[in-house]
Amino acid sequence: MFRFLVRRTLGALVIMLIISAVTFWLFYAIPRDPAMMSCGKNCTKPMLEQVRHNLGIDHPLPVQYWEWLKGIFVGRDYPGFGHCNAPCLGYSFANREPVLGTILDRLPLTLSLAFGSAVVFITGGVGAGMIAAVKQGKWQDKAASSASLVASSMQIYFVGYIAMYFLVGKFDILDNPSYTPITENPGAWFSGLLLPWLVLALIWTANYTRMTRSQLVETLSEDYVRTARAKGLSRRNVFFRFAWRGAMGPIVTIFGIDLATLIGGAIITETVFSLQGVGRLAVDSVDKSDLPMLLGVTVLSAGAIVIINIVVDAIYAAIDPRIRLA
Amino acid sequence: MTPPTPSAAAPLEVTDETVTKSTTSDGSKASEGRSPGQLAWKRFKRDKTGVISAYVVIFFFVVAIAAPLIAKLYGKDPYTTYVSERPELFNAFSYPAGPNGGMSGEFWFGIEPQLGRDVFTFLLYGIRNSLGIATAATLLTVILGVVIGVTAGYLGGKTDYLVGRIIDILLSFPSTLFFIAFMPVVYGLFIADDENIPTSLRAVALILVLAFFGWASIARLLRGQVLALREREFVEAAKVTGASPMRIVFKELLPNLWTPILIQGTLMLPAYVTAEAGLAFLGVGMIDPTPDWGVMIGRGAQFYSEDLTFMLFAGLSMVIFVLAFNLLGDSVRDALDPKSKR
Repeated sequence: MFRFLVRRTLGALVIMLIISAVTFWLFYAIPRDPAMMSCGKNCTKPMLEQVRHNLGIDHPLPVQYWEWLKGIFVGRDYPGFGHCNAPCLGYSFANREPVLGTILDRLPLTLSLAFGSAVVFITGGVGAGMIAAVKQGKWQDKAASSASLVASSMQIYFVGYIAMYFLVGKFDILDNPSYTPITENPGAWFSGLLLPWLVLALIWTANYTRMTRSQLVETLSEDYVRTARAKGLSRRNVFFRFAWRGAMGPIVTIFGIDLATLIGGAIITETVFSLQGVGRLAVDSVDKSDLPMLLGVTVLSAGAIVIINIVVDAIYAAIDPRIRLA
Repeated sequence: MTPPTPSAAAPLEVTDETVTKSTTSDGSKASEGRSPGQLAWKRFKRDKTGVISAYVVIFFFVVAIAAPLIAKLYGKDPYTTYVSERPELFNAFSYPAGPNGGMSGEFWFGIEPQLGRDVFTFLLYGIRNSLGIATAATLLTVILGVVIGVTAGYLGGKTDYLVGRIIDILLSFPSTLFFIAFMPVVYGLFIADDENIPTSLRAVALILVLAFFGWASIARLLRGQVLALREREFVEAAKVTGASPMRIVFKELLPNLWTPILIQGTLMLPAYVTAEAGLAFLGVGMIDPTPDWGVMIGRGAQFYSEDLTFMLFAGLSMVIFVLAFNLLGDSVRDALDPKSKR
């Protein structure tokens, strides 16, 4: 277990390094010059140089990248902004605030959105899939399977607006999507995010229903399940003690990927429901050529993917005794 | 937006289907030999859902191809703002005067609020552009994935290791974010900063970006298949008889890979349709006034609370297309690979 963690963490760090380097290089390839933009229309050459110096982009690219990396661990001094404490992800070109602070401001919303909808879609999806697998071929199975097919063909940028039109506008059942910090008012937090949770979950549940069903159908026909039944264990007992373990592995994997994607910012969902989370931050920073901010968000989302992957593999081994971590 | 990575629920173990299929079914079923393709076609024709969804999908593609002809017969185009000549079509708030978004015998699907374009032709051309881009991106992705995956699997060694690591990294990129971040870069490759971005360049950039982030999953799948295939006797036999690597790849390996390639392709196309529309919706893909499914939904989002009809035409047609294509994909999978379970 220890060796597994060390090896995977090292691998994760390498991937994060590469992703940040690629993003860094990528943004440099964009012809828009951030110094030019913050300098304005009547910009003279010395002024431009000064702006470059202040923003910390007056060195060659590899040096800039090195400075940025160093900043994360030991902090960094900007000529234009002053000192930035470690872990320093730099200052935004657009609003001149520290990147980390802005991301941390937006993160609670994104996390609330991610975990809230995850609770709905994992319970709903796995539950519906279990019912479909146990009642194979009966009407419950057919209903769950066709509902999940239809739901998985829908798109949030369509269903989101339709839901808002009917549930908020016409019938006034749910509140208009908004974000209140949970520490401030848990009731408002819940009612403001309920609609985005449900809409996100509606679309993502389908995948889990289909997967849980097919995995369970396969597991239920395996020898160890038959053996357990032959030894006289009840169906219920076999199902809840043995069968689900074998089926849940791949689902945990996909769940990890989905959760990481959501933490990196559900860009379209946040746009549809006008929520200012990490995803919107990323889109805005692309619009404004705000390299430090984009880099920060990218590293955060990639980090979420990589870390959750490690966690998932560890959980996988805990659930399914046939898997051993090497 | 779901990234266009085919779902992991898809059956991947189809290695030697075509080989075993032909031997087993020839012996048990018919006296005259049938090719695996003919068997699959027979199975597909029996699948009612599959046949119906195939008709729906074909309908969409026919509409897309014939859009200019239909628009000509119908007598309108997606760019003209019909309201500027006939202001009586709108009410005082720039919304269609007639009920249901102004649907009438003249404007079949109504009129667009604010600008007053014809919804029917806008949707026709939107389907045409969206399907065109998604199809091109799918083809490019599949070609890239097949070439890279088969090469890596067949050559093995250092090439395989390197390709494997590139795939790992590509798959851990946050894809939606990178679609957005990458688009300006691709524009920058072709034109200077301040120029207007021509529509054709937007389309090309979309296809490139979608394919660039899409090939990894197909390549990984095919690499695994080739690794298993290249140890088999028939490849060995070909090598012994002195066949060139090109011949082995194209004549020996590729025929065994058509099933997974086709399955991945059918998973990818609807994913690309929705991804392309999502980018347009976010304002980084195609933009107004180019007719496009995503542009239409983005426009509809601006006035959905006043005029839902416009949104419904764009959104529902997309749901129907994606649903039909997913059903078709499932049927194709069942037909090609009857042993797999969904």
